[in-house]
Amino acid sequence: MSQKSKKLIDKKGLRLDGRKPDQLRPTKIEVGILANADGSAYIQQGKNKILAAVYGPREAHPKHLSLPDRARLKCRYHMAPFSVQERKSPAPSRREKELSKVIRESLEPSIFLEYYPRTSIDIFIEVLQADGGTRCASITAASLALADAGIPMRGLVAACAAGKIDDTIVLDLMDTEDKKGGADVPVALMSNLNAITLLQMDGILSFKEFEKAVNLALKGCMKIYALQTEALKAKYMNVKEAAEE
Amino acid sequence: MKNLPTFFERREIVTPGDMLAEGEYVAGENTYKEDKKIYASRIGLVEYGDRNISVVALRAFYIPRIGDTVIGTITEMGFSGWTVDINSPYLALLRASDVLNRPFRPQRDELSTVLNVGDLVIAKIVAYDRAHDPQLTVGEPGLGRITRGQIMKVTPTKIPRIIGRKGSMISMIKQETDCHITLGHNGVILITGKKLEDEQLAVMAIQKIEEESHISGLTDRITQMIKEEKTKKRKRRKVKNESKIQETN
Repeated sequence: MSQKSKKLIDKKGLRLDGRKPDQLRPTKIEVGILANADGSAYIQQGKNKILAAVYGPREAHPKHLSLPDRARLKCRYHMAPFSVQERKSPAPSRREKELSKVIRESLEPSIFLEYYPRTSIDIFIEVLQADGGTRCASITAASLALADAGIPMRGLVAACAAGKIDDTIVLDLMDTEDKKGGADVPVALMSNLNAITLLQMDGILSFKEFEKAVNLALKGCMKIYALQTEALKAKYMNVKEAAEE
Repeated sequence: MKNLPTFFERREIVTPGDMLAEGEYVAGENTYKEDKKIYASRIGLVEYGDRNISVVALRAFYIPRIGDTVIGTITEMGFSGWTVDINSPYLALLRASDVLNRPFRPQRDELSTVLNVGDLVIAKIVAYDRAHDPQLTVGEPGLGRITRGQIMKVTPTKIPRIIGRKGSMISMIKQETDCHITLGHNGVILITGKKLEDEQLAVMAIQKIEEESHISGLTDRITQMIKEEKTKKRKRRKVKNESKIQETN
């Protein structure tokens, strides 16, 4: 076991894809790429490719599910059949249902749902290619799609995971590291209010390791947050440059 | 202005969650206050007033307000009125008695002869609150069914920019394109002109406003664009006429 897991970090302290322990995967974010949705975003984080679309607020269907005092947030996380090595059945799996709920609950505190009673806000997340850490990337993209739809928010939610491989705490685990490593701690952060909206742990960590992992993940969230604001502004800056020419 | 810290320049782009100021300010539109700090709640351009801090949103949707003029589509015919899609999270109601201007008699009146599903109407919002859907009226001059023209949609927050300062922008477009333009507060715009060309030109101008509303010098750019388009069209027409003459020769 120890021999097998030794492979995850080499003698120079670099990971399988050449990253340092506290380094994010190369991340690219684009906002407003779907014409038919009210808001949308696309994120590429390493080999992850994820689309998020937002509709609403709109009439809630079925009507009896609408809430009299606030909007209802609906979220569907879905993986495309071709998103993983082995074909994944397109029917929603137990894992996808759980992730939909987890993502919804991590975004709920960031939205002023009470402004729009009796309506529904729908988030659709489509994972086109998965390579570990999709829930975090999905939260990052979905939060941007919400902002792009013009829905009033307390702040953008950025998410990032940290974990343990070969007894080292590392940032932003990819699929092999997640599966062979010791633990995975996804964290979502609304950085302006310093509020953590998601905190999970899968695996075994000592208290000290856990603290270190959370702090590392928070640092990752801040980096992602910077990319988020940049991407959101870029949509309007492009127009600005074109007009000033 | 009091010397309390602000963190952005006027008209700078801000994203949701950006801290705009700290201290005894009042949170205006598209902002919120927490622990004496003012944050943006939408993407937009920040405006610092003496006490009030607000954000002019770049993306938003229409929330009904009493007194607003809106343009909507009839989506459903009910028992004694219509349901109207007004490009908002809430569907509006238009009562039959309001349109007929007399009490509605279910045995005698056939609603579909007055307004049918798919018809467009200009209407005014007369009642709306958190608990009830907005109610419309068409009983004022200028309101009612739309029979001709072009419909276009813009982000509702851009309507003030299309109007311009004291209506300067909209009257310029009306004059230059020779079109009649009705702006719905819900972001739906009706353009009726004498020629299709005129209408298309007005549509182009409004689209440009929507895309570039956050960049200064807008009115000048729009005027210039309309003039350029007009000369282009004139040239095209000339070429056409010349080729026609050649053909006849």
